[in-house]
Amino acid sequence: MSEPSASAGIDLHAQQVRKFRLQDLSFHLITQLFALVVLAALVGILVSLTIEAWPSLEEFGAAFLWTNVWSVPDDEYGALAAIYGTVVTSVLALLIAVPISFGIALFLTETCPLWLRRPLGTAIELLAGIPSIVYGIWGLFIFAPLFADYIQPPLQDLLGDVPVIGGWFSGPPIGVGILTASIVLSLMVIPFIASVMRDVFETVPDVLKESAYGVGCTTWEVVRNVVLPYTRVGVIGGIMLGLGRALGETMAVTFVIGNANRINPSLFAPGTSIASTLANEFGEADPGLHIASLFALGLVLFIITFIVLAISRWLISRSMGSEGL
Amino acid sequence: MMSLYTRRIWINRIGIGLSMIAMSFGLLALMWILWTLFSKGFAALSMDLFTQDTPAPGSDGGGLRNAIVGSGLILLFSMLISTPIGILAGIYLAEFGRISRFASFTRFMTDIMLSAPSIVIGLFVYALFVATTGGFSGWAGSLALALIAIPVVVRTTENMLKLVPTSLREAAFAVGAPRWQVSLKVTLRAVKSGVVTGVLLAMARITGETAPLLFTALNNQFFSTDMSEPMGNLPVVIYQFALSPYENWINLAWGGALLIAMLVLAVNIGVRVVFRNKDKR
Repeated sequence: MSEPSASAGIDLHAQQVRKFRLQDLSFHLITQLFALVVLAALVGILVSLTIEAWPSLEEFGAAFLWTNVWSVPDDEYGALAAIYGTVVTSVLALLIAVPISFGIALFLTETCPLWLRRPLGTAIELLAGIPSIVYGIWGLFIFAPLFADYIQPPLQDLLGDVPVIGGWFSGPPIGVGILTASIVLSLMVIPFIASVMRDVFETVPDVLKESAYGVGCTTWEVVRNVVLPYTRVGVIGGIMLGLGRALGETMAVTFVIGNANRINPSLFAPGTSIASTLANEFGEADPGLHIASLFALGLVLFIITFIVLAISRWLISRSMGSEGL
Repeated sequence: MMSLYTRRIWINRIGIGLSMIAMSFGLLALMWILWTLFSKGFAALSMDLFTQDTPAPGSDGGGLRNAIVGSGLILLFSMLISTPIGILAGIYLAEFGRISRFASFTRFMTDIMLSAPSIVIGLFVYALFVATTGGFSGWAGSLALALIAIPVVVRTTENMLKLVPTSLREAAFAVGAPRWQVSLKVTLRAVKSGVVTGVLLAMARITGETAPLLFTALNNQFFSTDMSEPMGNLPVVIYQFALSPYENWINLAWGGALLIAMLVLAVNIGVRVVFRNKDKR
């Protein structure tokens, strides 16, 4: 055994290992750096919106949130009408979308023949793939006129004189307005809620369901008493995900909400939402308070959706058992 | 009085019946929208759509050539930005971030960014880029769309990498490969098609995004391939033309909507068909 060559070999090997260690460390750091990009974008959004919105926040303070004024000539701005429109359209959209999504998820997981599950599930997912601007022009040119001619007048006849809720259906049936926006929004969020519900329904162990069927439960009873209690957390997460989507949706709403910056108790009346105000006014906004107030609206929207989506993701990851946080 | 048994049967029938109605409601909505799109869109399809530029107000005819080319360029560059960033970040989450706190935090935030309102991303890029460099540009549009695409690429890459069996990694480590080679040459290569799928889905996601382009790429009535100038693009043209009083503009909007929707649906369906065949094998 020649000693020098052996030690040279070990040296060479050690060198190689050191080189690999260094490469691995830099690879680790580089990939981590890119993972940081997402976090940096998030922080960047918050910081830059706050900076840009600062003149408006300074001028109007927290009252910006509950002041019902939006006047470019007087240079006075309050977010209440936009927040009202955003929240009302989103909540109404959920009222329509949640039962339908539940029905779709129930059908896909319990009663649908196996060979149909895949094509039908894909069809529902395709609804989510259609760009929102397509929903917008469809809503404006096709749905709104039909809605004005065939649905609004009967609704008005039926409910217009009922105390309390009658006012919701007053005013001229012009097609565009809060209710139309809610219906178009509901179509857009159905696929998101339905696919989360389907996924969490599929996490229910077959043994649980089979035992319930075994003691003679009907499909409906299995879903009500076994599947739903087991997946409650995930179902709520799915609904919150739909809410987050609905709150921030821009194009579809802008086309059909009517874009009137005021609060009207009637659901047939045109209104506005945060996102549609931004889409309409930002391009031509005057520098100064107007543009700062629009940034403030964007900041409000980002914070609201961030909270809703954070709760939603937390609930879904808890329910699906995957590591979220 | 109905017996308990009959009542239970009826409640079940009503429940199942309602769920079928819900399912058909969803399918009907999809078919209604697609049918409208195809009937209105095909009427607007012609060679002019691809060979002529967007018409001036009040003039006849015209096409969408500048918008199609502009959208293509903006999409190309946003995918060039988002693909490497998304894949590397996805590798980090899958290979180094299984137990790290920082990684789960990043994963959580990425999931939120997946559904964050796209118009806010437009505002952000406006504040960061347009206001500081002094103008709307194709680059700003690409940057905004890239920010929307990155989370999609990150999450699909990570999910795909997680499917690689640990034994494959161990085998590579056992023959002495360093970690970066295992990641890039073994695991990433093993899920190549899945990662490509993620990139395609991200592209489909941003193809129809309108809101973030309104304040970044803006629009350009004329043909331009200069990314540092405002650039025509399909979504914004559709938005402006659909709300215009001119009939030929509205027709062009339908034609553009059909082009975008066909691309998005083709990617979505194609990806699923390819993956189904994979499953069977």
